[in-house]
Amino acid sequence: MSSMNATTAAPAHHHADPVGAKTGMWLFLFTELLLFGGLFIVYAVYRQRFGHEFGLAAQELNVTMGVTNTIVLLTSSLTMVLSVGALQRGRIGRSLAALVATLGLAGVFLVIKYFEWSAKHSHGIFPGAEHLHAMPHGEGLFFNLYFMMTGLHGIHVVIGMIVMLVVLVKIRNGSVNAANQGVLEYTGLYWHLVDLIWIFLLPLFYLTN
Amino acid sequence: MTDSQVSAAATAGAAQPWGYSGSYFDDPPGGRSGMMSWLLTTDHKRIGLMYLAALGTFFIVGMLLGLLIRLELMQPGEQFINARTYNSVFTLHGVIMIFLFIVPGIPAVLGNFVLPLQLGADDVAFPKLNLASWYVYMVGAVMALVSLFTGGGTPDTGWTFYAPYSVNTGSNVTLAVLAAFVLGFSSILTGMNFITTIHRLRAKGMGFFRMPLFCWGLYATSWIQVIATPVVGITLVLLAMERAVGIGFFDPARGGDPILYQHLFWIYSHPVVYVMILPAMGIVSEILPAFARRTIFGYKAIAMSSMAIAIVGYLVWGHHMFTVGMSDTARWVFSLLTFLVAIPTGIKIFNWVATLYKGSIEVGVPLLYAVGFIFLFSIGGLTGLVNGALSTDIHVHDTAFIVGHFHYTMFGGAGIGLFAGMHFWFPKIFGRMYNEKRARTAWGLIMIGFNTLYFPMLVLGIMGMPRRYHDYLPQFQVPHFISTVGSWILVGGILLMIYNLWRGARSGSPAPANPWGASTLEWQASSPPPQFNFAKPPVVTHGPYEFEEILKSAPTATPEAAS
Repeated sequence: MSSMNATTAAPAHHHADPVGAKTGMWLFLFTELLLFGGLFIVYAVYRQRFGHEFGLAAQELNVTMGVTNTIVLLTSSLTMVLSVGALQRGRIGRSLAALVATLGLAGVFLVIKYFEWSAKHSHGIFPGAEHLHAMPHGEGLFFNLYFMMTGLHGIHVVIGMIVMLVVLVKIRNGSVNAANQGVLEYTGLYWHLVDLIWIFLLPLFYLTN
Repeated sequence: MTDSQVSAAATAGAAQPWGYSGSYFDDPPGGRSGMMSWLLTTDHKRIGLMYLAALGTFFIVGMLLGLLIRLELMQPGEQFINARTYNSVFTLHGVIMIFLFIVPGIPAVLGNFVLPLQLGADDVAFPKLNLASWYVYMVGAVMALVSLFTGGGTPDTGWTFYAPYSVNTGSNVTLAVLAAFVLGFSSILTGMNFITTIHRLRAKGMGFFRMPLFCWGLYATSWIQVIATPVVGITLVLLAMERAVGIGFFDPARGGDPILYQHLFWIYSHPVVYVMILPAMGIVSEILPAFARRTIFGYKAIAMSSMAIAIVGYLVWGHHMFTVGMSDTARWVFSLLTFLVAIPTGIKIFNWVATLYKGSIEVGVPLLYAVGFIFLFSIGGLTGLVNGALSTDIHVHDTAFIVGHFHYTMFGGAGIGLFAGMHFWFPKIFGRMYNEKRARTAWGLIMIGFNTLYFPMLVLGIMGMPRRYHDYLPQFQVPHFISTVGSWILVGGILLMIYNLWRGARSGSPAPANPWGASTLEWQASSPPPQFNFAKPPVVTHGPYEFEEILKSAPTATPEAAS
């Protein structure tokens, strides 16, 4: 702003503002919570109305797979933090390794999810299925909620992986580094939110009876 | 638009680098030029104008559809369009006016242009995101337009997309609700951007309580956008999924509950009426001190009442549903909260009137619109209490009274507020003046036409005329006819206003930096402002409307006083 030399080029007017960028990121995460919030309201209303049937339907879900996935996601949050911490200390190699580990764990999560979903599919339990129509109302709503909420969560996992890949490239080519690590940190914040939402989904769907 | 005004920098005698002098209409040297310099710009002023172009187009389309509705209702029986087309036309009118025009309206156009200027900043916090919001908006708008001509035809559900009809109808509801989802995403991004901008980019010395009241209005608005929009986003996605695969959430045959859809819809769609009105109230709070030449009465009360409206307004959605079969407890709680919202609104109105008291009033065109706003919005607000009271709402629910009330608040409030803001900041935006006499004529036509159009609707509603009806009994004919005549006057006034502004932008006389003698920071920048707004970053030492301080240190308003 203080450059008074009469250059004709447009001056670089925007100062980097990490606090502002982080403010924006937190606001975005807040909107994500509210996006899921709508679904949690629907869940709460129908669980209150069909508590018993929700319990019956929940027994169809594989608790082992659900808990495994929870551990996988929690571990991925840990590796994400390690990646951010390593980059802040300037240890590029370690940061990249931890980020790749996070990506790998996200992949494992999706693979397990795939097996769960395809098992349900083979039993005729998927949105729009005839079998689901024939079920008692509460159980049908439970499974539709299950697919909507884990589906939306799964989309968030995929988006997170894409963003991580982009950040991975940026760390490798040096445009994201110890002095400019914001993008990785915000990706981390987002990833923790994805983790956090899953922590609520696990008891609501798998551990209900 | 290339003649640059004498900027503060030039009077200071120092040659400023490009970007701090000249006009934002000029293409940056060495950068892109022509069309691409607009389509890829990150300048908040250019993005504001791009929104203005899009929104203005949709407004005219929506207005013509409204005119068509009135023409059809001029006489009983079928006049021009059949009942099925009529359903599509009022849906289109609602969807275009709400989702494409009035919700983005003031924040996207005037908020984008004025907010950084009023804060003394060179742009919003996230300029690229700001441009992205415009593109997301345009994608949503194109999706909405495509939905009209594809699939099963134009949606005929009304803009509220109530289940179960919206699930069962063969018209192209799916694409229309996904368009609304995308438009909501644009709205969220703008809200995030403005909140961060207000927190981070205020000029040196500008505490929160030295912010102009328009910024306060936008701040409250942005929070509503961020808090409320995601809920309707997921609701509309669920509606689309309901249509695609039948998830049963809103289908009673499968245990679902259509009333839950209404709840989720209004959790957003009631707060969003405050997204429409709060920035308009901010504009009025800017215009009154400027034209009464005195500080605003009750600055903190007006600022805080914006926040109070935003907070309480989030909790009143149930008053749209008094007749759907909620519990009595829910009904009286929602009714009570609805009455509470009237308090901060009343605080604003009394403070505005008190601002004019003993002011040195200059009756400029922006002031006329601001006073028109207070008049029309007061009618809108008071008729709102009729709807908010449980007993009277049973009588007027789903009648033309609601349509009248809604237009008095949204058009008489948000719409007239936008017109007021356009006339107020026009010299800043385009660097030229509009024809004052023609502007007054247009204002007169708009005010007469408006009341002739919408007041009979209030009467019709109390007589028992239902809303959204294609045909009616003979006893309703006279008010309907008067109303239709009013629509001609109103459209005439609006077209005259648009023509006048268009002509002013093309060939009006050059505007000085501060034509109204107003006190906020945007008037310190030249007209039109350079790309980065200020020759040097402003420092704020007093509140936004302290005219005595401004007279002491205003080189642009009174050049002879500067030594």
